[in-house]
Amino acid sequence: MSAIQQLEELKTTALAELDEIADLRRLASWRVRYLGKKSRLTGILRGLAGLSLEEKKAVGAAANKLKLTLEEGFEQWQQALRDKRVLASTEKEGIDISLPGRFQPAGRLHPVTQVTAEINDIFISMGFEVVEGPEVELDYYNFEALNIPREHPARDTMATLWVDHGTDGGQQPMLLRTHTSPMQIRVMEKVPPPLRIVVPGKVYRYEATDATHIPMFYQIEGLAVDKGITMADLKGTLYEFARRFFGEDRRVRFRCDYFPFVEPGAEMAIECAVCRGSGCRLCGSSGWIEILGAGMVHPWVLERVNIDPEIYSGFAFGMGIERIPMLRYGVDDIRLFYGSDLRFLRQF
Amino acid sequence: MKASMSWLRDYVAIDLPLGELARKLTMAGAEATVIQIGGDRWQGVVIGRIAAIDLHPNADRLRLVTVDLGTQQPTVVCGAPNLRLGDKIAFAHTGAELIDGYSGQRAVLKPARIRGVTSSGMVCSEKELGISDSHEGIMVLSADAPLGQPLADFLGDTVLDLEVTPNRPDLLSVIGVAREVAALTGQSVSVAEVSYPEAGPLVAEEVAVEIADPDLCPRYCASLISGIKIGDSPGWLKERLTACGMRPINNIVDVTNYVMLEYGQPLHGFDYDKIRDKKIIVRRAGEGEVLVSLDGVERSLNREMLVIADSRRMIAIAGVMGGANSEVSRDTTSILLESASFNPASIHYTSHGLGLTSEASMRFERAVRPELTLPALRRATQLMLELAGGQAAKGIIDVYPGQKERQPINLRTSRTNQILGMELTAEQIAATLSSLGFELQKAATDGDFRVMVPYWRSDISLEVDLIEEVARVVGYEAIPATMLSSSMPRQDPAPILGLKKEVRQGLAGFGFQEVITYSLTSRELLEKVVTAHPLKPAPLHLANAMTADQEYLRTSLRGNLLSALAANIRHEDGAIRLFELGRVYLPRDNALPDEVEMLCGLLAASGGEKSWNASSETIDFFAVKGVVESLLAHLYIAGSYIEAGDSGLRPGWQAAVIVNGDKIGVIGELHSKVAEAFEILRPVYLFEVSLAALLPHALDCRPFQPIARFPAVVRDIALVVDSRVSHQQVMGIIRSFALVGKVTLFDVYTGRQVPPGKKSMAYRISFQSKDHTLTDEQADKILKEILDRLAGELGASLRA
Repeated sequence: MSAIQQLEELKTTALAELDEIADLRRLASWRVRYLGKKSRLTGILRGLAGLSLEEKKAVGAAANKLKLTLEEGFEQWQQALRDKRVLASTEKEGIDISLPGRFQPAGRLHPVTQVTAEINDIFISMGFEVVEGPEVELDYYNFEALNIPREHPARDTMATLWVDHGTDGGQQPMLLRTHTSPMQIRVMEKVPPPLRIVVPGKVYRYEATDATHIPMFYQIEGLAVDKGITMADLKGTLYEFARRFFGEDRRVRFRCDYFPFVEPGAEMAIECAVCRGSGCRLCGSSGWIEILGAGMVHPWVLERVNIDPEIYSGFAFGMGIERIPMLRYGVDDIRLFYGSDLRFLRQF
Repeated sequence: MKASMSWLRDYVAIDLPLGELARKLTMAGAEATVIQIGGDRWQGVVIGRIAAIDLHPNADRLRLVTVDLGTQQPTVVCGAPNLRLGDKIAFAHTGAELIDGYSGQRAVLKPARIRGVTSSGMVCSEKELGISDSHEGIMVLSADAPLGQPLADFLGDTVLDLEVTPNRPDLLSVIGVAREVAALTGQSVSVAEVSYPEAGPLVAEEVAVEIADPDLCPRYCASLISGIKIGDSPGWLKERLTACGMRPINNIVDVTNYVMLEYGQPLHGFDYDKIRDKKIIVRRAGEGEVLVSLDGVERSLNREMLVIADSRRMIAIAGVMGGANSEVSRDTTSILLESASFNPASIHYTSHGLGLTSEASMRFERAVRPELTLPALRRATQLMLELAGGQAAKGIIDVYPGQKERQPINLRTSRTNQILGMELTAEQIAATLSSLGFELQKAATDGDFRVMVPYWRSDISLEVDLIEEVARVVGYEAIPATMLSSSMPRQDPAPILGLKKEVRQGLAGFGFQEVITYSLTSRELLEKVVTAHPLKPAPLHLANAMTADQEYLRTSLRGNLLSALAANIRHEDGAIRLFELGRVYLPRDNALPDEVEMLCGLLAASGGEKSWNASSETIDFFAVKGVVESLLAHLYIAGSYIEAGDSGLRPGWQAAVIVNGDKIGVIGELHSKVAEAFEILRPVYLFEVSLAALLPHALDCRPFQPIARFPAVVRDIALVVDSRVSHQQVMGIIRSFALVGKVTLFDVYTGRQVPPGKKSMAYRISFQSKDHTLTDEQADKILKEILDRLAGELGASLRA
């Protein structure tokens, strides 16, 4: 049989076999058999050297043509099989995609942690630095240095939990801080102005527990001291906070109030979200919900930490944190925050 | 402070709508609400007269009361103890809406049969009408109350209820509120001149006053009125007292209360005849000296408490409450009327020390100006003469050791604007302060003033105090809102803050729910989480704990967290993952405690939750170890683990977490005794990390590691080692070789196919070079060296 004949025969069998192939694995072995290193076609091409010039030309051309044909056939058939497989897989019966997925346990941060971080971020963007301070405090920092000496009526509004352990042989009473304000003193003692800080943290009160009172809760304190800080700056800073936290459309009220360590003193309230100012049970029919106390740092407080009140001025504010998620999510019992019930905590 | 509108209008014209007035007062510092007394709420309540009182046929304690309403005479059943024939009373027809005396709820009055007698209507108590909490008897109206008229027409009034801040005792008076209203509405206050005849003997000859402790009593004034007749106050006075929340008693006591409400100066009337030797001594109490106060309670005083005494005994607790031994009674004919000034801190101490607060102490502890004593005394004397007759002694006792000349305060317009961020003119400032009764003199510098504080204000001593006055009258609404304009201060946030944030986020990502629990706990709970005693360190104790379960400051987070787990297990059948990041409080000698930021987490196995595709998630020691490993990896920290001896964890199933040689925490299975104490039946694994200990290791700035560009050669080996050999020991040797990359333990086997006392450990080791492609031969050479060392040091052999 001549080489040309062999090639013809090879072509017939190879293509016939190709037609029969139904899967990609067999297609791969077909390729090895007919186009591989050890295939007859490769053998013929290798044997060209021993042929006469004329034969070489004819057989070489035919063999290369066959190679192209087979390669083309392979590519086409491979594409056809792939298409067929995709088609088959999409035609197959689907799954019940409504079955529940495999759940990844997802933890969440405590709502107070979340809100604190949110508040921190707003003040950080206004140039305030977050600092923290001790929860067990000395009478001096919690009261005396803040113009609340012993027997001052303001002490009655902050019923204190006292620690059974004094320093200086009991001369300095130790207590659980009733507000975050002692950090105003601690920071000003160490850091000269200009300064802008916020102090989030736990505070404690001697208070019977009910839906609106708990013995431990969170506050965040703010303090800015520099040359030329004004009451207008305080108002602007707090309004900007309220706008970003509660939204553009919530009205804000800034009124006179009294705290011994600021003068002038102020209180900020936001419009009640439930009644929008017309008065309801949540806001005690006033239409406003008080969220923070504030004011210009009292000159005696500045003098106590050796800051000259004629040169420097500052503002301070303090706000309860739980109040805010309570208002935002409509939580009506403050005890839920520290009851550790997963059914509550997972909602935030 | 409650101030009725009719009373306020005696001093100031009010033409503003009341809501607007309340808003102005609120904005200026005293939160005000408007309370309607009567009005619509008293629909169906009319004035009646008790025409007959008969016994109830079926009940000893009930009476049948016939009430004359002018046109009709209904009979009702009543059990009040103070029924008196002829008294004017408030009668409610059926259908009226009243407050139930017992439940406090509003309810519509219905006809009732009481012990067989039908009762249509009711004679009302003050509580039922919503006037006060008094429900001991019916409310008796003044004799001039018009029969048959609606009660609202006679008694109805509008009351301003003010929440007064502690710095403003002047607002605890009607005149004070009137002054505030006047300043805020551009009106002026007029207080009528006080004058009365002084027909009696010289007061100084009738009584002597000595102040033994002038530091606690800067001024003591007194007047004497003799020949008075005790009786009921007139209706107008009773009604004003009632509207302001006080109960009428008799004309003398009522006048002292009335003038206190009017001027803000507490007064006290002594029965002059009960004062021994006609001598008043203001002195400190003796230690343990005892006095029965007006409320009938025996009070034991101490040397820090100021009292009013006569020549032999105490007759009043100064500024707090009178004594029963000198009380005004029905037989009293002469009154020594006291109007004094006391040291606020001393009154606060006494009142709180005795647990006895009164309208007087509440005002004195907020600092009542000594200048107020005299005008108030004169007003009260005048009113007593008017209402109780008698004659006043000549003159007034006025002992005033604490007299100080009032000093003007300098006020600069520039400073005012600098603090407020406003642009007020000197004229605006002057007008504002004048409206509040301040007297201003221009100082040498233009725009500066010398300001005299009016005598009724005790809260103004500094320039900023005046600046606040200006701001509150101009209105805080007028203050602009500006942003801080100075340059931003330098910031050095504490590294612990960043670490806490990363740890929280990491753990939430691993499926842990954050909880926050009280820092206050019980000793019992702290002891419950350990099996070794005594508790170390001893926790800090509170001197005045609210409850036994909040008596100590926690030294560990475990107790609260396990309690939280135990509570949640009842309703959670899936695995539970909880963590808390918070402080523990470790006592130190002569210093504030060390407040250490701790992290504690719990991992409790599923309680049999079923799911169609539940992945067989294993919760065991290695699950909790994995959490800590992942957390440390999240923080780019490598940890190692050594055996530990934590008494709260199961022996042998726990490890200390070591980072760079420092112990930073512990992991392990909860000790069965601890689990039992919390009634937890599921296996629980715990991790506890001190963030303070971890912090120094979390600071490293790790340089960039180039990505390996040359392929790795991978070899699997199965070692047979003594069962006591640890993975950590094997890893230590493998990792000590250069070119060793990732090493994975992929199988641990003990059983029939290895000799007893041995185990098989299979590792996949990849070898990789940074600068060339390793050949098989190079890798095999290192592997051989590794195996030789494992054999030499750990007795490891290759598994056949």
